[in-house]
Amino acid sequence: MAGPSVQSLKLPLTGNDAAAYAMKQVNPDVVAAYPITPQTELMQTFAEYVHDGEVDTELITAESEHSAMSACVGAAAAGARTMTATSANGFALMWEVLYIAASLRLPITMTVVNRALSGPINIHCDHSDSMGARDAGWIQLYAENPQEAYDLLLVALKAAENHDVLLPAMVMYDGFIISHTMEVVETLPDEAVREFVGPYKPAYAMLLDKKPFTVGPLDFHDYYFEHKRQEIEGMLHAPAALAASAAEFEGLTGRSYGPLETYRADDAEVIMVALGSTAGTARYAVDALREQGHAVGLMKLRTFRPFPAAEIAAALGGAKCVVVCDRVVSFGAFGSPTFAEVRSALYEVPERPLVINYIYGLGGRDTGPDLLEQAFEEGLRVASTGEIKEHVGYLGVR
Amino acid sequence: MTTLKELSHREERFTGGHRLCAGCGAAIVARQVLLAADGPVVIGNATGCLEVATTLYPYSSWKVPWIHNAFENVAATISGVETAYRAFQEKGRLAEKWHFIAFGGDGGTYDIGLQALSGALERGHRMLYICYDNQAYMNTGIQRSGATPKGASTTTAPAGKVIPGKLQPRKDLTAIVAAHHIPYVAQAAPHNFMDLTRKVEKALAVDGPSFLNILAPCHRGWRYPPEDTLKVTRVAANTCFWPLYEIVNGEYKLNYKPRKKLPIEDWLTFQGRYAHLFEGDGEPELVAEIQADVDRAWEDLLIRCGELPPRECRDEKKK
Ligand SMILES: Cc1ncc(C[n+]2csc(CCOP(=O)(O)OP(=O)(O)O)c2C)c(N)n1
Ligand code: SF4
Ligand SMILES: [Mg+2]
Repeated sequence: MAGPSVQSLKLPLTGNDAAAYAMKQVNPDVVAAYPITPQTELMQTFAEYVHDGEVDTELITAESEHSAMSACVGAAAAGARTMTATSANGFALMWEVLYIAASLRLPITMTVVNRALSGPINIHCDHSDSMGARDAGWIQLYAENPQEAYDLLLVALKAAENHDVLLPAMVMYDGFIISHTMEVVETLPDEAVREFVGPYKPAYAMLLDKKPFTVGPLDFHDYYFEHKRQEIEGMLHAPAALAASAAEFEGLTGRSYGPLETYRADDAEVIMVALGSTAGTARYAVDALREQGHAVGLMKLRTFRPFPAAEIAAALGGAKCVVVCDRVVSFGAFGSPTFAEVRSALYEVPERPLVINYIYGLGGRDTGPDLLEQAFEEGLRVASTGEIKEHVGYLGVR
Repeated sequence: MTTLKELSHREERFTGGHRLCAGCGAAIVARQVLLAADGPVVIGNATGCLEVATTLYPYSSWKVPWIHNAFENVAATISGVETAYRAFQEKGRLAEKWHFIAFGGDGGTYDIGLQALSGALERGHRMLYICYDNQAYMNTGIQRSGATPKGASTTTAPAGKVIPGKLQPRKDLTAIVAAHHIPYVAQAAPHNFMDLTRKVEKALAVDGPSFLNILAPCHRGWRYPPEDTLKVTRVAANTCFWPLYEIVNGEYKLNYKPRKKLPIEDWLTFQGRYAHLFEGDGEPELVAEIQADVDRAWEDLLIRCGELPPRECRDEKKK
């Protein structure tokens, strides 16, 4: 790995600070947002940048998240680089417009500070908000810590705006666990960020280009399918665009961001799959179990959309048992979303691992290494007996 | 103000060939508004008849930049466009003055889009919001809305054996908008096209949000012959069911006072949606109630416009 080509500045930042700081350095044309815990501090920080004249951004303090995302669509369709952020119920209120933003091929970038969806109402972390929108046509990246919250927002923005992609992107991190936890974050100089993201160049004439341009017409059975097929094509180009963006970013920072990351997984018989901050806890559990002589490892999934099926098959193919941990429930489904898709990705692997699923941490339920070790132990039992007792289990629930 | 002759020389930026019904009030309104709005303009359009019937991919009736996002969010969408414009102006990327016009139906404005409209008005975007009010959800088949007047029959408030159509009065949206204290608010109707043109020009000249509530008859929903669209709005004005007035920086001004205020029956009997009020024994009490509602609202308006002294003052005199 090449060393960083740019001198970084180390700052103590929470996840929310880090995302706001990245937005400040991007200096987007338009930001539209609405307050919701645990995202609120992000927008408050950004509003300070606007009111102190540190950015040129026009900030729309919308009267709801539905309107915030709707205004983002209007601004992006006018040719503006547009960003926003939200959580949970606010994210749910955007739902209708999330699909519209993607189908209009508007590369809006959004930070989603993961929080459990109501009901019952709760403000703490799980992934039910962003996981529910996995079919909306957005690129979805899960950050583990404030550093990734900063880095991935920049990487995602550049990939989203790639003319082969032109899809919106969301970067997630765990509410409170990351949003409110301060860590040392290596930041790039402003000029390096501006140069990295470059000036925003829409792929075609936008609303303010004086060319009569009809955005969002009625599209029936005679064309709708082709337009959806084009949208799929955009998503199919996303892995290459993300890789290119990440490679350039690595050149600047020395930090490498593939769709997934493994930890002590090469010779592991049992590999845990986790997203977000839990990956850090899982690494700790892996080390503890390795000390005891167990061959366990971790695969952290960073990119959920586009789902890196081939990379997952390659990373997990050698294991005897895969333990998929998901911070979301999909009612009535056979396991959680990550379980279902990981298991499907492994279907054609020559020596298919057995796959079990643990749902954990709903509504912010604390999930420490002990619980993950418990999941690993079940994985080790499955690996040695070849027998699954229950495909789906629950960690830390009474 | 632009004269009719001048208007006739302007480029048609809302073209024919769309699939709105012949005689659709919304089509007349859209064409008239675009003729009056000179210069570069972006149009936002809420889901509804006007939107679906003018942009059936790959066709478009709009020779101007146009965006449809969803049903309830045209005010938010156009506020995003206007904000992008301001950002570009600040950065020196756009010099020319553009206009931003949102079209929403009554459903998209009085009901599901009211919050987005209120937010955009409060934020103060320089945009003209036009509600083309045909008094029901026409695109989905004539369902009642908050704009449907008392007594009208719709598919979700039908004239039944027990309940004679919609019983509730319509919302006074123009007053709701006026309560946002924006620089320009007006009510208009397409039969008085010079008044409408003048109002569009005035609305676009203000530095902030402006709003027009334009009566835009739908003969499918109102049940009158398609060729009578402009007649029906004229009757609306002459019965004082739909007064033409404007509120400039908070000051009310009446734009049309019928020489002889016609009885509400002239409005009601023009349209099949009220036919049940006059069939058999009819609903004389409901008709009287509708007349009383109109009389009261008209008097309120005359007072606000300074055409009548306030009621207290008149009561004083009587004593
Ligand atoms: C969120 C949402 N709810 C419902 C609809 C269905 N819908 C589409 S158009 C429409 C009625 C539009 O009524 P109005 O705004 O009065 O316009 P008109 O068709 O009468 O011109 C409805 C209910 C929708 N598109 N979106
Ligand atoms: S149904 Fe009514 S509003 Fe819709 S196009 Fe026909 S006349 Fe116009
Ligand atoms: Mg309507």
